[in-house]
This record gives sequence, C-alpha cells and structure tokens, in this order.
Amino acid sequence: MDVLSFVIVGHVDHGKSTLIGRLLYDTDSLPPDKIEEVRKASAQQGKQTEFAYLLDHLEEERKQGITIDTTQVFFKTDKRRYVIIDAPGHVEFVKNMITGASQAEAAVLIVDVNEGVKEQTKRHSYMLSLLGMHQVVVVLNKMDLVDFSQNSFNTIKKDVEEWFRTINIESTLCIPISAINGDNVTRKSKNMSWYTGPTFLQSLDSLQNRQLPQDKSLLFPIQDVYKIDGKRINVGRVESGFIEKGIEIKILPDGRVTKVSSIEKFLENTDKAIASECIGITTAESVFLDRGNVACLPGAEPVLTDSIPANIFWMAKQKFSKDQKLTIRCATQETSCRIETINKRINSSTLEVIEENGEVLENLEVAEVIIKTKKPVAIKNFNDVQELGRFVLVRDENICAGGIIIMVN
Amino acid sequence: MSDNLSQLDKLENQSIFIIREAYSQFRKVAILWSIGKDSTTLLWLVRKAFFGKIPFPVLHIDTTYKFKEIYDFREKYKTEWGFNLIIAKNEEAISKGMGPDKGKFQCCNELKTIALKQAIAKHGFRALYLGIRRDEHGIRAKERVFSPRDEDFEWDYKNQPPELWDQYKTKAADEEHLRVHPLLGWREIDVWEYVKRENIPVVDLYFAKNGKRYRSIGCETCCMPIDSDADTIDKVVEELKTSKISERSGRAQDKEDDYMMQKLRSLGYM
Repeated sequence: MDVLSFVIVGHVDHGKSTLIGRLLYDTDSLPPDKIEEVRKASAQQGKQTEFAYLLDHLEEERKQGITIDTTQVFFKTDKRRYVIIDAPGHVEFVKNMITGASQAEAAVLIVDVNEGVKEQTKRHSYMLSLLGMHQVVVVLNKMDLVDFSQNSFNTIKKDVEEWFRTINIESTLCIPISAINGDNVTRKSKNMSWYTGPTFLQSLDSLQNRQLPQDKSLLFPIQDVYKIDGKRINVGRVESGFIEKGIEIKILPDGRVTKVSSIEKFLENTDKAIASECIGITTAESVFLDRGNVACLPGAEPVLTDSIPANIFWMAKQKFSKDQKLTIRCATQETSCRIETINKRINSSTLEVIEENGEVLENLEVAEVIIKTKKPVAIKNFNDVQELGRFVLVRDENICAGGIIIMVN
Repeated sequence: MSDNLSQLDKLENQSIFIIREAYSQFRKVAILWSIGKDSTTLLWLVRKAFFGKIPFPVLHIDTTYKFKEIYDFREKYKTEWGFNLIIAKNEEAISKGMGPDKGKFQCCNELKTIALKQAIAKHGFRALYLGIRRDEHGIRAKERVFSPRDEDFEWDYKNQPPELWDQYKTKAADEEHLRVHPLLGWREIDVWEYVKRENIPVVDLYFAKNGKRYRSIGCETCCMPIDSDADTIDKVVEELKTSKISERSGRAQDKEDDYMMQKLRSLGYM
C-alpha cells in the first residue's frame, strides 16, 4: 500500500490540530485508551473533549492551547496510508513549521472562514511555494460560525485564490468544513447542500505521491568510506537515476573517471541500484573517494560552481550580516561560504521588498542571494533534481537557513 | 532490485541513511539496545549499514529487573553477531536497593537515565542511536531525527533545531550529546512486517503463551502482558491490524500521570 505524507499549515488557532484529531476520530484510527486519555486530560484543563490534544502532547501545548512543535501521526483509508504532519501556526514556531513541511509530499492549508487570510496563512503558503510544494488543498474551517454561509465561503475563497496567484501556487480544491463538528471532513455535510465537491478525506485520496527522480541521470553523493575486509566501500544514497555494476562514472569535483566494480549491500547480491537506495560501491582502480564527492555519468554532469544563485529563508532569531561566515551543506557536500550578494530582502508574509542590495537578514525573511563557496559544489536546479537543488546554511553548528537553487541558463 | 521499492524498502533505506549520516558526523557513537523488538530491528539495520561489522559499541542499560529471556537473548546474539557489548548499571543505586517499589518515576530515572548518563560520561559518546518511534507515544511524535541533549541531559522540546529534508543538527559546544532516531518514521506494524521479512530474531516474550503475550517489553516488574493468542509473527501482524489497544498500554511509565513521559524525557529518559 502506498504512503503519502502531507503537512497541515495555517494561521494559529485556525484549527489544524482539531482537524487532524477529527480526521483520526472519524476514520476510526484511534485506540479507545487514547480517546479516554484525551477526554481525561481535557477535563483536567476544564474543557470538553479537545481533539487537538491527540497531537498537542506537551504540557505547555495543552495549557496554552497551541501547538509548539511539529508532530507526525498515521492513518489510512481504503486507498492508501497517510502520514499527517501537524505544523505549529504561531509565528514563534515557523522553523518548526518549515521542518514539518520539508518532509511532506503535499500540503493542506487551513483558513478560519471567520478570520480570513492572516499573517501566517500567507507566510506558510509562501514557504510551501518556496519549498516547491505543488499540491495544496485548501480547507475553510469553522463554517459553523458563519452559519454555513456560501457567501462567506466564496469571499474567503477568492482571497486565498488571489494570494495563491501571487505566490505561484495552483490549488484546485477548496473545501468548506467544520472540523469541530466533522462537516465535510469524512462525511458530506448536511448543513452545506450548496457544496458539491469532495469531502476533505476524498480530496486526500486524490493527491499524488512525489515521483523519485529515477528517470534522471545518475547522481550519487558519497556519504562515507568504510574499509571492510580489505575493501574500500564508498557508501551513499543514489539521489537520482540509477547505478550499475560495470558502468563508467565521473567523480566530482576533480573529474576523475573510473568504473563501478561492484554494488554492495549486506547479505544481498545486486548489480543495480535506483534513486533512494542506500548502497556501497567499489571502484575498479583504487581511486580514493571522500564524503562530499559526487559520482555522475560522464557527459551528464551537474553544474560545478563556487557561485550559487538561490532563494533562501532565514530562520534564526539572531540576524545575519554579510561579514559572517557560514557553512553550506548540499546533499553530503559541505564547505564554508559567505553570502556575496543579497539582491532582495523580502517580507515572507507580505512579499514586500524590504531592501535591495541588502547587508543583513532578519528572522523569517526570504532573500534572493548569491552564495560564494570556498570549494566548488555540484548543484542542480531545484526544479530538476531537488536533492542537489536544495541546501541548508549553518552558523555555529545550527541550521539557520534553507535554500532553493534557481539557475537561469 | 526491481524498479519499485516497497514501503519497507523505503523505510530501510531512510534508516540506513540516517545511521550512516550520524556515524559520519560523530564517529564516537553507540547504539542503545534494550533488546526489545525496536532496538533489535535498529541493531539489524546498523549491521546492514556497516556490512555486518558494527564499528561502535552496543550499549545495554541494565536495571537488573529485566526478564531472564532478555538476558539470554543478549548473550546469544552478542556472540553470534560479534559486536562490542557494553553493559551499564547504576551500581550505587542498585546496591542501595532502588526498585519500582520506591516509586516508578524514581526507579526509571535512577536505573535508566542516570545509568545512561554514567555510561556516556565514562565512554565519551557524542551521539547515541535509539530505536524510538513516533507512533509509540505523543511525546515521541514531537522528536527530531537528530535531537540534542544539553549538559544537564535535558531535552529542550520547546526550542528544537530545524531539520530540513535530510540535513540534521550537528553538535554544538554546550550540548552533551545527540540522540539519533533512525526508526522515528516506522510504525509498530512496519517493525513487525520487517522482522518477518528479514527473519530478525526477537525475544519470544512477544509471542503468546497460555493466552498472554507482551506487546512491549522492558523491566519484568513494570510490564504487563496482553490477552492474545498470537504465537507466531504472522499472527502478531494480523492481531495488530485489528487491535484497538495502544502499544504501550502495558507500560507503567505511560500511566502514572499525564505528563510522566514528558517529565522523564526532559530529564534524559529515552
């Protein structure tokens, strides 16, 4: 059975955790003792059974009624299994939302129909767009608070669609729901006969799994080298394409060409490995590979450069200034770098350009930059092969930014 | 290898990637082996990641209250798989008679968490592999794959580092060690299906005898068996597909108080 992971994002209090709780409850995915535990904990806080508690497990989360960190839960339908990634909606925890979203294949944006498009609605969906998320289902929640009015639904739907056009997200589905009562979550609502589209659950079943880049040309970044029984085994994950015993490979950055003499997997005999497989290879000549080398096919090399054009999102409280040294990590490649040019600093919730040719970056800002690396890095356009088209920036051992590579030919 | 990987293949690959990534970053690591099904599955994946030659110690935190079957299993596979086994006990607390009768929270903290602290201090491990999974407990669902612990061993769950794609946190100066969780994305049933597919040996307490079996094992004193007739792996998998009872319902740590797991974990519990 297929598994699809999706993240639920949106502004604080628009009902993410409640929707997930409702979904789990209505799909019969919860053991009775879990429901009992939530009922008890809700009562202790003086509340009715609070579905959000199924996900908000931290004491602080329950006391404050907010989600602090991202969490993952599982459920299944007749069609497939799902991993739901709940992301916090509070501005304080955007890095946790991004952590959650980076693990997802699709996204659900939840908007309180009563409040409409808010700061985090915009910021979260913009982040999704930056992360290359192409499948976004929109749910307009709390329809019960507007008497299930089609007009209210249409007004907010228009606002969302307008915003999506600005940030380049194509959304096909917009569903009116009431998560707390279950309207249009798994059951068609009797309160909204004007709505003829799918329920939320049906919309999930229509999402597509992300295709692994198997049809692309080989990229095999070396993760580590083990010496085992006198053999040098170069381990790593095939990030795109496939690798086979006997083929010629080119090693970047230095460009040596060698042959694959064997594909190594413990207790398995195999001559071929495809994208996403973790394997080891041995090579014909005793070439010495290292972590961060990238094996590819001669003639189909990724771009090797020390100047990387990218969009980055800064997610550290401490601001960045251009004189600071950073480390870039792209797949297993790692080298020190600096941000040479900050073409544009962008407010991630209004898209307003804060500054051109900037010198600093503040928390939650998005920027178009050029990164100068100490050693050359093998990269791809994000839209071509994500695995070598994305990176993180590290300052003092902490990940402080994520980036998407956008090269214009 | 066919051109279509199964879900178990995907989980296996992801775990091996994480295991190798942590070893590449830290070298001075150990795997925490409770000898339950999860950490034994993790140990199996570690063997795969390193082609059968585990290049770091396997650490067993021994409370001395474990089931006899667990000790037997440990000795058998230590020899068969040929790894370096370190057995860590909080000898002082044990000699003073610490046990669950002195309070379950106290006992878990003294005999597991403190014993672990002592072992880390003694051997200087920078990272530890643990077989925890998100679907075991709501608190564990909040975990990162690479999760830092500070010098007081505390888990700063309110301020966890970002983790983008497969880029993880590396160690900073003021952090005691990192916890590495290669099985975070596995479900209980995935573990069993994988145990079955790979023929991984597990302690036979998991299989029903006289209408009872253990679904989760730890100390004999604090584990309750469930009613079950599942005496083979196939039957266990079948049972899990229909069961409505949560996995750790027989574990005392999860029961005492609503936030006991969070409190234990923030002090460094697994």
